[in-house]
Amino acid sequence: MNKEVLITTAPVLEVRNIVKTYGGVKALDDVSMSLSGGNVHCLAGENGCGKSTLIKIISGVEQPDSGEIFIDGVRQGKLSPFSAIIAGIQVIYQDFSLFPNLTVLENIVLTSHVARRAKLYSTRKSRPAARAIIKELGLSLDLDAHVEDLSVADKQLTAICRALVNDARVIVMDEPTTALTHTEVKHLFEIVNRLRARGVALVFVSHKLEEALEVSQDVTILRSGKHVVSGDASDFDRLSLTRYMTGRDLDESREVTTPDWDAAPLLSVAGLSTPGAFRDVTFDLQPGEILGITGLLGSGRTEIAEALFGVLPATSGTIEINGSPVKIRSITDAIRAGIGYLPEDRLTQGLFLDKSVADNLIAGSLGSYRRAGMFLDSAKISTTITTMFERLKIKARSVAAPVRSLSGGNAQRVVLGKLLANRPLVLILNGPTVGVDVGSKEEILAILRDEASAGMGIIIISDDAPELVSVCNRVLVVRQGEIADVLEGSDITAANIQEKTTA
Amino acid sequence: MNLSTLTNRDSLFRTLRGPNNEGILAVVLIVLVIGMSIVNPAFFSVGTLFSILRGSIVPLVFALGVLIVIISGGIDVSFAAIAIFASYTTVALANNGGFDPGLIGVVLIACFFGAVLGSVNGVVIAFFRLPTLIVTLGTQGIFRGVLLAYVGSRYIANPPASIDQLATTNIISIVNENDRAYLHVLVIPVIVLAFLVAWMLKNTMFGRGIYAIGSDSEAARRAGFPVVRIQMLLYTLVGVMAAFAGVLHVTLGRNANPQSLVGNELDIIAAVVLGGASVFGGRGSVFGTVLGVLLIQIINNSLILVGVPTAWQRTAVGILLIVGVGIQALSAKRNAKKVFVTTPLEG
Repeated sequence: MNKEVLITTAPVLEVRNIVKTYGGVKALDDVSMSLSGGNVHCLAGENGCGKSTLIKIISGVEQPDSGEIFIDGVRQGKLSPFSAIIAGIQVIYQDFSLFPNLTVLENIVLTSHVARRAKLYSTRKSRPAARAIIKELGLSLDLDAHVEDLSVADKQLTAICRALVNDARVIVMDEPTTALTHTEVKHLFEIVNRLRARGVALVFVSHKLEEALEVSQDVTILRSGKHVVSGDASDFDRLSLTRYMTGRDLDESREVTTPDWDAAPLLSVAGLSTPGAFRDVTFDLQPGEILGITGLLGSGRTEIAEALFGVLPATSGTIEINGSPVKIRSITDAIRAGIGYLPEDRLTQGLFLDKSVADNLIAGSLGSYRRAGMFLDSAKISTTITTMFERLKIKARSVAAPVRSLSGGNAQRVVLGKLLANRPLVLILNGPTVGVDVGSKEEILAILRDEASAGMGIIIISDDAPELVSVCNRVLVVRQGEIADVLEGSDITAANIQEKTTA
Repeated sequence: MNLSTLTNRDSLFRTLRGPNNEGILAVVLIVLVIGMSIVNPAFFSVGTLFSILRGSIVPLVFALGVLIVIISGGIDVSFAAIAIFASYTTVALANNGGFDPGLIGVVLIACFFGAVLGSVNGVVIAFFRLPTLIVTLGTQGIFRGVLLAYVGSRYIANPPASIDQLATTNIISIVNENDRAYLHVLVIPVIVLAFLVAWMLKNTMFGRGIYAIGSDSEAARRAGFPVVRIQMLLYTLVGVMAAFAGVLHVTLGRNANPQSLVGNELDIIAAVVLGGASVFGGRGSVFGTVLGVLLIQIINNSLILVGVPTAWQRTAVGILLIVGVGIQALSAKRNAKKVFVTTPLEG
């Protein structure tokens, strides 16, 4: 047999019949996948389908209950994070798993030092290797900068460099594009192609299906811990992927509420400015309207939301709610004025992860259950909890389950429930469906439409164009801290939004 | 305004300030010395300098150990208990056995005890992943209780001759009519130790691993760092360093008192935190710790000179600790609130 052919055709990494159980729940049930060198493998599935568990098993962070792992056709015993790195498996986690207090150089080279069982570390001697990788990828990273001072995109590039310095054979990218802007994603894909040319096998996990299809050659889809289908990426399109992931078809049409355009505006913002963040932001929000605010990361869209919610109060400008001016100097002011805010990073800013679903649901509205001054009305509390739990269709063992045990889509519903329990007049949502699977996304958007129809004013900050198209009455495009365009009606198309944000 | 000069000045300022605000601490130190010298001219003398250095010997060794633990994201309050356990037991063994193990022997025996007790901390913390403050608070009580119950509670006034002799050895002695200044020989091993720890933290994978764990222990595990082994090792090492500090303490004091040392942990932790080590882990330097120890010593020293009752010294150190932590929390908050805009706005 020809040895060379054997090497090029044998999969670099293969997992067979993996089973993994967490507390009686099968996270992975007989899952197999095979990666070939020079190919990008799209691993798709809804939240909680077992993607993350599979990645943890491949990288040795978790041990499977049963099943086999082969690297270059050789069966592996117990993989630990250390032996996985030795075997050339690198994972770029969604949170990057970088060390913010160390320099870019250290972040890039430390794992390879660990893998070599090095005892000593020298900044001077490590520099050439890191510099070579940066040059090869055509990047400009300051090796001596601390990672905490980098932009999200640069953090990700640092994580990629770290993977490469270890001579990775397999690189798993978990949601690599979530925090990146359009141009940065393009740049990332160029790098992915360079990695393919080096013969690296890549796994690409993303909720943005078009992107995933664009960059991948192979596809594997999981649903509820089970392997659904594998095949050539060219045999799939967005709709068929969605169908395999959810097991049903999805409605992508535009379905918007009909706000009362003649009524007095619910929220009226005029001349809002914060130097260095945004300037002269003026807009009205009608009762029953869903208003989109979009723009690139760093365009000022998040800062506008944070100003309205008092996180970073604006330095000048006026805000009126129902015609009367309100001063928003702090979060307390904003809540008192009837504004609710769903932050960008729900895990660290919106939830008490170790507390139960029930506790999280009522955490934002405790004041309204007060009885006789200082006691809480437990009957009223449990009504709120059960109503929210059912209305938002939260999938959890019970309301007592800790939020940490929930998948991304369900955790997001809990945050939403917490906000809705407070009955805000204006609800601002920053990336309401980031990291949420397609099925949950539709349901979350449907909940928002319901709330708007009941008279709430909703602002969605998002860079997910299809999402904006599907629910927004109007879309404000923010560029360099200013509202550059207002899209209305039939002008709201994915292509239009894309074009205006990057213009 | 010219942008390049601005950034130059900015980066110069950053270099002077140091990665953990060591520069600011150095300025505070200098201002304090100048201020004290104006208030009380007697303060500004070689004698004061040497006595502050002598007073810093034991605290600095402790502080270097605490620094390592704090960088790894933990906190240790058992070091004083380990120190007195190891040193008192060694002296008691020598006295009861009627032999003198010699200087090196005493250090080795004490360090052995320190290693054993430190590894107890390490095992409990690394394997059971328990909060370090609670674990070391518990072991502090255990170590101290075992010492008093089984080893002895008696004050030993005559430590082995080999180390007692060291107590009166000075490298520099200046004696004239208005000043007597002695620089104690034990500053040398402490300076050497400080350099060793600094080198270890910066240039070994063990040291870099400590920073990595302190930054994010899950990320460290994913990166392949043997987190459990590093934690075990570091608590053992800190136990050894504490035991060494205990021997220095016994040597300088020329007696072994099982009731001493424990209760003064606050000064040490305050010094390390003031020296820029982050209580959240992942940050800290030997240079900052040295400055922190000197600052606490000078403040204690100068409060005495100004005639402030000793009870107020604890208050002063407590306030400094809170100020140190407060500064960290404030700067963390300011960093988090930084506004990023990809393209600069015009006008």
